[in-house]
Amino acid sequence: MGHEQKYVDKKYEVVGTRFNRPDGIDKVTGKARYGADASAPGQLVGRVLRSPHAHAQIVKINTAKAEKLPGVKSIVTSADLPDLTGGDQGLADILENCLARGRALYDGHAIAAVAAVDEQTAAKALKLIEVKYKKLPHVTDVDEAMSESAPVIHDRIFTRGVEPKPSKPSNIAARTQMGYGDVDVGFAEADVIIEKTYKTEQTHQGYIEPHACLASVNPDGSAELWVTTQGHFVFRNVCASLLGLDIAKLKVTSSEIGGGFGGKTHVWGEPVALALSRKANRPVKMVMGRDEVFRGTGPTSSTSIDVKMGAKKDGTITAAVAEMRYQGGAFPGNWAMLACMTAFACYDIKNNKSVGWDVVVNRPKVAAYRAPSAPMAAFAVESTIDLLAKEVGISPIDMRLKNVAREGTQAPYGPTYGPIGIEHTLKAVKDHPHMRAKLKKNQGRGVACGFWFNIGGQTCTDLNISVDGTVNLTLGTVDVGGSRSSMAMIAAEELGIPYDQVRANIADTTSLGHNDMTEGSRGTFSSGMATIFAARDAISVLKQRAAQMWGVPEEDVIWENGQAIATGEGHGNLPALTLQEIAAKSGRTGGPIAGHNEVVADGAGMGFASHICDVEVDPETGRSSIVRYTVVQDAGKAINPDYVEGQFQGGATQGIGWALNEEYIYGDDGCLQNPGFLDYRIPVCSDLPFIDTKILEVPNPLHPYGVRGVGETSIVPPLAAVGNAIANATGVRMTHAPMSPPRVLAAIDAQENAG
Amino acid sequence: MSNATLVSTTVNGDPVQFACPTDESLMTALRNRVGLTGVKEGCGTGDCGACSVTLDGSLVCSCLVLGVEAEGRKVTTVEGLSENGELHVLQQKFIDHAALQCGICTPGFLVAAKALLDRNPNPNETEIRYALAGNLCRCTGYDKIVHAVQDAAKDMRKNNNRSKKRS
Repeated sequence: MGHEQKYVDKKYEVVGTRFNRPDGIDKVTGKARYGADASAPGQLVGRVLRSPHAHAQIVKINTAKAEKLPGVKSIVTSADLPDLTGGDQGLADILENCLARGRALYDGHAIAAVAAVDEQTAAKALKLIEVKYKKLPHVTDVDEAMSESAPVIHDRIFTRGVEPKPSKPSNIAARTQMGYGDVDVGFAEADVIIEKTYKTEQTHQGYIEPHACLASVNPDGSAELWVTTQGHFVFRNVCASLLGLDIAKLKVTSSEIGGGFGGKTHVWGEPVALALSRKANRPVKMVMGRDEVFRGTGPTSSTSIDVKMGAKKDGTITAAVAEMRYQGGAFPGNWAMLACMTAFACYDIKNNKSVGWDVVVNRPKVAAYRAPSAPMAAFAVESTIDLLAKEVGISPIDMRLKNVAREGTQAPYGPTYGPIGIEHTLKAVKDHPHMRAKLKKNQGRGVACGFWFNIGGQTCTDLNISVDGTVNLTLGTVDVGGSRSSMAMIAAEELGIPYDQVRANIADTTSLGHNDMTEGSRGTFSSGMATIFAARDAISVLKQRAAQMWGVPEEDVIWENGQAIATGEGHGNLPALTLQEIAAKSGRTGGPIAGHNEVVADGAGMGFASHICDVEVDPETGRSSIVRYTVVQDAGKAINPDYVEGQFQGGATQGIGWALNEEYIYGDDGCLQNPGFLDYRIPVCSDLPFIDTKILEVPNPLHPYGVRGVGETSIVPPLAAVGNAIANATGVRMTHAPMSPPRVLAAIDAQENAG
Repeated sequence: MSNATLVSTTVNGDPVQFACPTDESLMTALRNRVGLTGVKEGCGTGDCGACSVTLDGSLVCSCLVLGVEAEGRKVTTVEGLSENGELHVLQQKFIDHAALQCGICTPGFLVAAKALLDRNPNPNETEIRYALAGNLCRCTGYDKIVHAVQDAAKDMRKNNNRSKKRS
């Protein structure tokens, strides 16, 4: 059934108010079941042996001694996962990342795995597996990896996107270019030109729940997987492909997810757990330790970025160029391409050019991390805009407003923007009391903007009305931030019934059609759309049943405030039939009442934000503390403002952590030196003030309620907002994130020595 | 299981016995042997606080305590916060303030927040932030958590005053 996707302005009863989440009680009482909280009869403990080397040839793996240990039930190496990928290089990379195939490509790369009766036996067995390595030269820095002298990690990689095609393999997987206009002409028109190089270090999503799953494969090829994931349908397809299982015979259930932020969109140990289970013919539970999470999963790219921007005296930016080098870990990604798409997306710059270089290094395979690739590009661009503003003598906000992208501006990656909210957020920032608050000694204020897409994608939703009039909403997009509450609110809004009457659940893969990952801020946008349409389907059934109960033509029935009303001459005096009354009779009027929708949700809106940050820098230690922080973002329409604010605050805090502390530190041996929360320090409660939020609503014209995804944009501005604030507090421009105390102190000292 | 020791302890008010290896953490014993999976493992090194419980009233990371150390002592986990079928004020306030998103850190925060309010019924914002600094949350930015604890403290003080007046 076709449904109207276009935005319609209307007054809401439920949407836009604040309701408690349906999973709240389970989560505050300890009843909620996450990845590591399931068990199965006869389950074994799965553990993974990981490479201690950054790059090494695996000469031999001898599992004989481990196999003889009483209690060991199966051991797998890559030999147990034959390559069934049929030339799909992306899938082959996932397979090789799951278990090394002949070479360890990074410190922490999985080499072998064991399933044993208990934790102690599994740990002992890992020590008995003998691996003979031959160390190979390694490279972990993105710039070094691009140099002629760098060890080439994959001899199959010939840089894509350059003409002519290179004759030699290198670590440069691809070159991407975007933009329009003539930057040489633009720079010639400029009165001021700023050119700067930036670096950002690698960070991890840092979800508190480590990866965990419980796998069970039967000899007939049927299988079950309980797993913490952002997309159990996609995990199902990938795991089935890698293990040669029929997709429909692998039932994947998504557990409650203890944080993902993109990191749980990627398959890591799940195929290994399935392989262990298949070999042992028993269920295998595999839970990663925190060090494994840091060494073997996540992280985002480290980068090196050159930005050149020119402006006229009146503040008009005439040209902008960014050259961005992103490492994707040991396997090629498209991270620099995403950087090209986002770098200048907030602005209307007549001549702009972004060049991205996707590079491989001996680090873990990079995964999506909340608005992947955008925060680093924004750090470089938004810092440079502040420098330009200073040079031109315009306030940073007015400089941005002067060049802001609007409806009709062409995005650097091609399309022309419809109605977007970046200008609104900047104006709201300009008018915000935060901007007028007085700063104390050693304090500075910074502003920065950010952009991230939303995506739509495949979505499938069921809505079933019970005989008592309560409603089950069955969703296939994993709830990572409160979407069950938002979806139940949408269903209640459409049906005209109270929120409490709707219960939203996430279905397993055998109970609903395919749903893409919860990624790209798509959960509320796409499942929200499918929920609206499923509810409208159910309403048409409800109207038809009411017509039947009354004995009037269907077209004379309308649906209003949760009840069917007969209109037209002759039956205007019939008493309305409520949803409950119709549901109660459903057994005698044609059976269960349900609505269903499957959709490829097109028309996702753009998400824009502007942040204000006040820092205080201790000139003796270089330590920066956030003293005040404000997030202004366009949500299109906030379904449940509580969870929209939560996304704003959480993303801003991750960005602050990245700006000030978080980084992967590699030794000369190419091994990660800080794979734990003690040395990889994410923000704690005492590091932060309250994060103030302001939700703006510029409706997305291609969603019935105007919804835009809100999950990711909030991590984009903080790096630059903090950097700009530090610059205003100290006079020092930081070009290397995180702006940790040693780096800031060194910069302050260098400035003093120079002055 | 080699080197197993029988441990007799009290968990959430109930007598509990379990056998565990001498090198097993209290966290693992509570999760795998007592069935209290509300005790979460985020790191296993005492850095994230997701496994917070109280041991004889003191807040500890149960991953840094051995299972055998629970012998003869009183352990309280998140499962023990509700009383008489009702949510603890802190639990209700966490829901009301949307102070949880993924919820994996929530049990630890609740146990830590209760330990704070037990010893300091009227903490200021800074005291709350420092008392909860051993618990990592990656979703919320802590904003709504601090608000929930402030609001719970207010309600708990009111309730205490009321019950004092009655007695």
